[in-house]
Amino acid sequence: MTLVTLKIRRYDPELSEDAFWQSFEVPVESGDRLLDALHHVKWYLDGSLTFRRSCAHGVCGSDAMRVNGVNRLACKVLIKDLGDEITVEPLKGLPTMKDLLVDMEPFFDAFRAVKPFLMTSGNAPTRERLQSAEDRARFDDTTKCIMCAACTTACPIFWNDDQYFGPQAIVMAHRFIFDSRDEGAEERLEILNDKEGVWRCRTTFNCTDACPRGIEVTKAIQEVKRALIFHHT
Amino acid sequence: MVQFHTYDTVIVGAGGAGMRAALEAGQRSRTAVLTKLYPTRSHTGAAQGGMCAALANVEEDNWEWHTFDTVKGGDYLVDQDAAEVMCREAIDAVLDLEKMGLPFDRTPEGRIDQRRFGGHTRNHGEAAVRRSCFAADRTGHLILQTLFQQCVKHGIEFYNEFYVLDLLLNGGRTAGVVAYELATGELHVFQAKSVLFATGGFGKVFKVTSNAHTLTGDGMGIVFRRGIPLEDMEFYQFHPTGIWKMGILLTEGARGEGGILRNSDGERFMERYAPTLKDLAPRDLVSRAIYTEIRAGRGCGSARDHVYLDLTHLPPEQLDAKLPDITEFARTYLGIEPYTDPIPIQPTAHYAMGGIPTDIDARVLRNSTEVVPGLFAAGEVACVSVHGANRLGTNSLLDINVFGRRGGLAAAAHANSQVHHVELPDDPAGQVEALLQRLRDGGGQENVAAIRTALQETMDAHASVYRTDATLRQAEADIRALQVRYEKVGVSDRGQRYNTELLEAVELGFLLDLAQVLVVSALARHESRGGHFREDFPTRDDVHFMRHTMAYREGTDVRLDHKPVVQTRYQPSERTY
Ligand SMILES: Cc1cc2nc3c(=O)[nH]c(=O)nc-3n(C[C@H](O)[C@H](O)[C@H](O)COP(=O)(O)OP(=O)(O)OC[C@H]3O[C@@H](n4cnc5c(N)ncnc54)[C@H](O)[C@@H]3O)c2cc1C
Ligand code: SF4
Ligand code: FES
Repeated sequence: MTLVTLKIRRYDPELSEDAFWQSFEVPVESGDRLLDALHHVKWYLDGSLTFRRSCAHGVCGSDAMRVNGVNRLACKVLIKDLGDEITVEPLKGLPTMKDLLVDMEPFFDAFRAVKPFLMTSGNAPTRERLQSAEDRARFDDTTKCIMCAACTTACPIFWNDDQYFGPQAIVMAHRFIFDSRDEGAEERLEILNDKEGVWRCRTTFNCTDACPRGIEVTKAIQEVKRALIFHHT
Repeated sequence: MVQFHTYDTVIVGAGGAGMRAALEAGQRSRTAVLTKLYPTRSHTGAAQGGMCAALANVEEDNWEWHTFDTVKGGDYLVDQDAAEVMCREAIDAVLDLEKMGLPFDRTPEGRIDQRRFGGHTRNHGEAAVRRSCFAADRTGHLILQTLFQQCVKHGIEFYNEFYVLDLLLNGGRTAGVVAYELATGELHVFQAKSVLFATGGFGKVFKVTSNAHTLTGDGMGIVFRRGIPLEDMEFYQFHPTGIWKMGILLTEGARGEGGILRNSDGERFMERYAPTLKDLAPRDLVSRAIYTEIRAGRGCGSARDHVYLDLTHLPPEQLDAKLPDITEFARTYLGIEPYTDPIPIQPTAHYAMGGIPTDIDARVLRNSTEVVPGLFAAGEVACVSVHGANRLGTNSLLDINVFGRRGGLAAAAHANSQVHHVELPDDPAGQVEALLQRLRDGGGQENVAAIRTALQETMDAHASVYRTDATLRQAEADIRALQVRYEKVGVSDRGQRYNTELLEAVELGFLLDLAQVLVVSALARHESRGGHFREDFPTRDDVHFMRHTMAYREGTDVRLDHKPVVQTRYQPSERTY
């Protein structure tokens, strides 16, 4: 067992309009996740510390936050990889509601705007639609997204322009645009051709670095741009 | 200030079962979905391995074989009429998901690919059959995503981060629910003609578990406190392959792809316990086999407290293609490279076979025969009972889709058949207000986390894979003592907004209640069947115990009654694999 210091950005508008830093000394075991340390604080040191979490193994997307200045899932980063003093802040670019918990609504609005569902025409077949293994592989990467918002809130364009759809919405659009069964590509491309759409992306790769699912986010955005230029998927 | 809302149908929970129900109910009646988590955070998203249906895309199969496997896997405690419905409708359930856009893995011909899974066999047990439809090892993730996408498409109305804390009944009929809004701390009364609970499981009564922090059995706890029984709660499934100490699940699909369990001698010990299916025997058998090996001193590591899941003989390309997520879990959390090193595993608390008793249309039973008008339940929270004493892998993702759909249809039909809402009882939010008040103003001499940890430790030690009268009595006494301590908890966060500390305290109350029901039910079942193994009664006793347990709340006690098992085609026989 060793001690580490968590330096956490606290904010509770019911108590004060000002955010502040608070440090906690936390005992940790080798193999502990940052989430375990945050739980230690909440459960034994300060019950008011507020953050979201559920699955605790990187699949539900609840606990993205800024850890030592970069976006991480608290449950998917180990303390031993973070040093003895760890700074923890809420995601940037979404309104902070309390401590590490941000308002996710703007993020989900962008997601909904790209029509994130399979669009087909005509009668559905009796059995499954056929899809070759290669066609299935074409969009495999972007099916991994858990909507944690780490990418979107790592994007400097998004920080400065909250109208920008952000990388996650484009990832979602990609997942359908490149699905051979889908017929909504034109409609989605039109939406993303908007001035707040894909063209805002400046290829900084922050999103790709931030993605806890290892999705090549920037590549997906580039592919959507190319589809717009060459009008095919 | 309490806010009031009126809907035809209210669905509580937005996992697979809740959203599948919402898609049906939402297109037929004015529907609201209340969920304590954003829909895509639900634990359905953690499911890895697959969803079984006798599509026969890769080899001969039919739904009757699937039904047989389900009944036998459940150690004959399954209601066979319900299993028939589930296995027959499985085929359309998978095809529906495909049409909604779920990207299943494909065969070379472009059909949905299928793989082997524990307990699923050809022709009544001849050999393992390829029945599980999957999308790599994130089938649940893609079911959850696909259903959410469809809900967005159909404009389903969600109340996100609303915690339902009470069920409102009036004269035995459903009147609505009371919910707590996380963002504001306000209470909301939802009056509805139909209410469907789809709140998932309660794995957090155990310490080593594959379940999320939020799986605290709220739905079961709420209805139980309102006098509705809980069925077969002693049957809790321990999945053989959780990451050692952490409990994170490594799908059975790993063994479906050829993975092997080994003890400290490197022996493939399952050959001794299940000569035909070996590593793909049902979960209860494999979990017991692992603990038998550990008890015999053949466990691995310095404490000899785990065994290995060996994937090293599988080609790295196969691991990358079929098991990318779980191999990444091993790398992230254990620092182990599965290409070259075996993974330390131990059984992990995984799935509640029991729950709120329902019929095949998800209608909740108030006793062994009568339904509660307007009340429905589907998914892990419910007990239909299609899983009996032990659920087969992939049958839960199936259950949530088949009975979620049926429940949504039945809830909407009921709502549409009623001209008026049932009148709300007086002071509808009163119970919840009192509960929250007590937790807020409690002295705080006791700590929620300390009580929860103590509960989980006693449950792991005394009420898990192996049980005896003595261990269960110990657990019962411990739970009693913890319930007394729970009376003295208090929360330090005085705020109204996002008070997650307060909700953790509420959730602990449900966990304590459900642990008690589990243990009391287990104490009374003097036999071993499926996931319930009594060392003092090591065999199945069909003469006395071929019956469902029905547990009712009586004051602070639990009263037990029984319900007959529905048998149609299959007579109980010895369960060997
Ligand atoms: C790691 C893991 C892997 C699995 N793999 C498989 C598999 O391969 N195949 C298979 O068939 N099964 C698998 N299972 C089992 C299966 O995934 C679950 O049983 C199933 O997904 C449960 O779905 P559900 O809709 O009932 O509940 P959940 O998905 O758990 O959803 C519960 C919902 O209820 C809501 N809720 C809870 N309490 C409240 C409240 N008080 N108020 C409002 N809302 C509330 C939550 O917000 C959530 O939306 C797996 C389980 C785990 C844990
Ligand atoms: S693309 Fe990656 S970082 Fe972005 S929301 Fe999806 S999972 Fe999170
Ligand atoms: S808690 Fe689910 S991703 Fe971290």
